[in-house]
Amino acid sequence: MTPVLEIAHITKRFDGKTVLDDVSLTIDKGEIKVIIGPSGAGKSTFLQSINFLVKPDSGTIHLNGLPVNPKDKKALYGYRQQVGMIFQDFNLFDHLTARANVEIGLVRVRGMKKAEARKRAEAELDRVGLSEHMKKYPAELSGGQKQRVSIARALAMDPQVMLLDEPTSALDPELIGEVHAVISGLGKAGMTMIIATHQIGFARALASEIVFMERGRILEQGSPQKLLSPDCTTRAREFCSQILDANGEDR
Amino acid sequence: MFLNGFIAVKEGLPYIIQGALVNVVVVIGALLLGCSIGLPMAIGQVYGGRMLRRIIGVYVWFFRGIPLLVLLFLFYFGLFSFLGLNLSAFAVAVIVLGLISSAYQSQVIRGAILSIPDGQLKAARALGMSDARAVFFIILPQALRLSIPGWSNEYAIVLKDSAVTYALGVAEMMARANHVASRTYQHLHLYIAAGLIFMALTYIGTKALNIAHNRLKIPGYTQ
Amino acid sequence: MEELVYLQTQVMPALLRGVRVSILLIIPSASAGVLLGVLAGTVRVYAPAPFRWLAGAYTLTFRGFPLIIQLYIWYFGLPRLGIYLSPFVASVLGFSLCSGAYQSEYIRGALLSIRQGQIRAAQALGFTRLQTIASVILPQAFRRALPGCGNEIIYLIKYSSLAYMVTCIELTGEGKILASASFKYIEVFSVVGAVYLVLVTAASWALSRIEGYLSLPGFETHKG
Repeated sequence: MTPVLEIAHITKRFDGKTVLDDVSLTIDKGEIKVIIGPSGAGKSTFLQSINFLVKPDSGTIHLNGLPVNPKDKKALYGYRQQVGMIFQDFNLFDHLTARANVEIGLVRVRGMKKAEARKRAEAELDRVGLSEHMKKYPAELSGGQKQRVSIARALAMDPQVMLLDEPTSALDPELIGEVHAVISGLGKAGMTMIIATHQIGFARALASEIVFMERGRILEQGSPQKLLSPDCTTRAREFCSQILDANGEDR
Repeated sequence: MFLNGFIAVKEGLPYIIQGALVNVVVVIGALLLGCSIGLPMAIGQVYGGRMLRRIIGVYVWFFRGIPLLVLLFLFYFGLFSFLGLNLSAFAVAVIVLGLISSAYQSQVIRGAILSIPDGQLKAARALGMSDARAVFFIILPQALRLSIPGWSNEYAIVLKDSAVTYALGVAEMMARANHVASRTYQHLHLYIAAGLIFMALTYIGTKALNIAHNRLKIPGYTQ
Repeated sequence: MEELVYLQTQVMPALLRGVRVSILLIIPSASAGVLLGVLAGTVRVYAPAPFRWLAGAYTLTFRGFPLIIQLYIWYFGLPRLGIYLSPFVASVLGFSLCSGAYQSEYIRGALLSIRQGQIRAAQALGFTRLQTIASVILPQAFRRALPGCGNEIIYLIKYSSLAYMVTCIELTGEGKILASASFKYIEVFSVVGAVYLVLVTAASWALSRIEGYLSLPGFETHKG
C-alpha cells in the first residue's frame, strides 16, 4: 500500500547553519508519528517544510505516491489543502469569529457556497465541542479553545494528513487536557498525523511510532514500547527520562 | 469700533461657510486619491521586490520632502501648462494634496501591515490560500482597521493644508475670508472666525472617525 | 546654452538670497518653537490646574488653526489693533507659536511616558525634586521626545515657504517672482523644490545620527 506521505532527504540551511540534515520519514494511512527532541532539534522547521511554508534546499515529498512540485503554484495550493497544519501559536485570523475562521478556507480556497460552508463549519466546531462559542472572536477565547478552533479549521478542509507543531506548548497546564482529548479523538477516528511535542506521556499513549530528532537529524525511530522501555539505553530514552522526571510523570 | 468686526463676521459668515464646503470637498477628494494610491504602494513596499520598494521609496521621499506651496506652483503653473492640460485650480489642489497624502498614507498603512503577526499569513498559506488571497482577505481587513487613527491624523493635516490652496485662487474659506476682509477691513475678526470654523471641522471629522474606529474594532483585540 | 546663462545670472543669485532668508526664518523659529514646546509641555504635565488649562488652550488653538491663517492674523490682523509687524517678524512669530504648540505635544507625551516608579525610586534615594527632574526625568524624556521634535523641525523647514504668503520673500517667494517674470515655472520651481529636498534630507539624516548616538537599549527608535 502506498504511504500517504513519503518525505525524503529534506535538507535546510539557515545562515550557514544546517537546520535539517537529510531528514526522511514515511507515514501510512492511520498512523500517528510523534516527533520528540530537545529545543532547536529542528522539529518545527521539519513540519513546516512538509507543507513548504519553509522551502527545503533539497529533498522530495510524495503524497499518495505522486510527487509534489513546490514550483507549480496551483499544485502547491492544492497540496496544502490536503495537508492540515496546527500551529503552536494557534494563528487564528484575529478579525474573524470562530465560525468565520473555519468557514473562510472553505469559501475562499475550496470555493464552497457560503450557506454550505456555514453548515460544515458549525458541524466541525460541534465536533471539537465549541458550538456555543462559534460567534466569539479569538481575543475572547481561552488558549485551549483557540487551539480547538484551529483544529476545526484544519479539519474542515478534509485533509489527508495533519501536521501538529507543538499543539499544547503555548497553553496553561489546565488547558492542555481538552486539546489532547480532541487530538486523541482524531487519532481513534483514523486520522493520519505527524505531531511534534514535549508531552512524552501523551506521545506514548497515542503514537504508533516515536521519532527522536536532535540537531537536525532523526537519530532513532521505533514503537513507544521499544524506545521508552526501562531496558532501552539509547539517547532517546535518556532525553525522555529527563523530561519525565522534570514533569514528575510515572516512567 | 470693535463691534464692526463682529458685524462683518456675522454678515460674511454664510459666504465664508460656503467656502468651508469647498475645503471639505477638496479634503475628501485628496484623502480618497491618497488612499487609492497609498494602499497599493503600501502593499508594494511590504511584499514587493527590491526594485519596486526603491521606486516607492523615492516617491515617498519626494512628496514628503517638497513643501506644499512649491508643489502647487510647480504643478499648476508649470507641469500642467507644459502638458497642455487646462485644469482648474480646484482640480490641481485635489491632485497635489492627494499625491502628498498618498505618500503619508502609504507609510501609515505599511506600518499597520507590518504590525500584524506573521503567523496570520502562515496560517492562511497553510490552508492553501494564494498570497494574493491571503493579503486581501486576512491581512488587509486587519491593517485597514489599524490605520484608522492614522487617517484621523491625516484628515486634520490635509484640512489645514487646504487653506494654502488659496494661493492658487481656489474659492475656499481662506479666500472668502480675505474677500470679505478686503471690503470691510475687519481682517482680525474674520481670520479668527475662519480659524475657529477650521477647528470645528477638524473636531467633527476626527470625532466621526473615532466613532467609526470604535464601531469597527475587533472585539477584545488590543495591539 | 541660453538656459545655463539664465541660470547663472538670474536664477542663482535670487535663489541664494531666498535660501538665506529661509534659513534666517527657520533657525529662530525652530529654537523658539522647541523652547515654547518644552515650557508648555512641562506646564501641562507638572503645573497646577489653572496653568495646565492655559497651556492646554494654547496647544489646542495653535494646532487647530491652519498655519497660514495664523500668519495672516499676525501680519494682516494685528494692524487692526495698531500693531504693525514686518513680514519677517510676523512670520517668525507665527512659526514659533505654531511650532511650539506641536512641540508641546511631543514633550508632554515623553514626560508622561516616564513611569511613576522611576520618580518614586529617585525620591526613595533622597533626590530633591530638581535633582529628580534633571537626572532621571529629563535624560529619558529628551530621548523619547527626540523623534517627534526632530520631525516637527523638518516640517518647519517645509512650511517656512508659507512666509511668501505674508510677503516675506524667502526661497519660494524668490522663485515665484522669477518664474512669474520669465514663465519658466518648471525650471525655477524644480530648483526650488530640489533645494528644499536637500535641506529636508540633510535634516532627517542629522536627526537619525543624533538619535543613533543617543540611543540606549530600550529607547531605540525603530525606523519604519
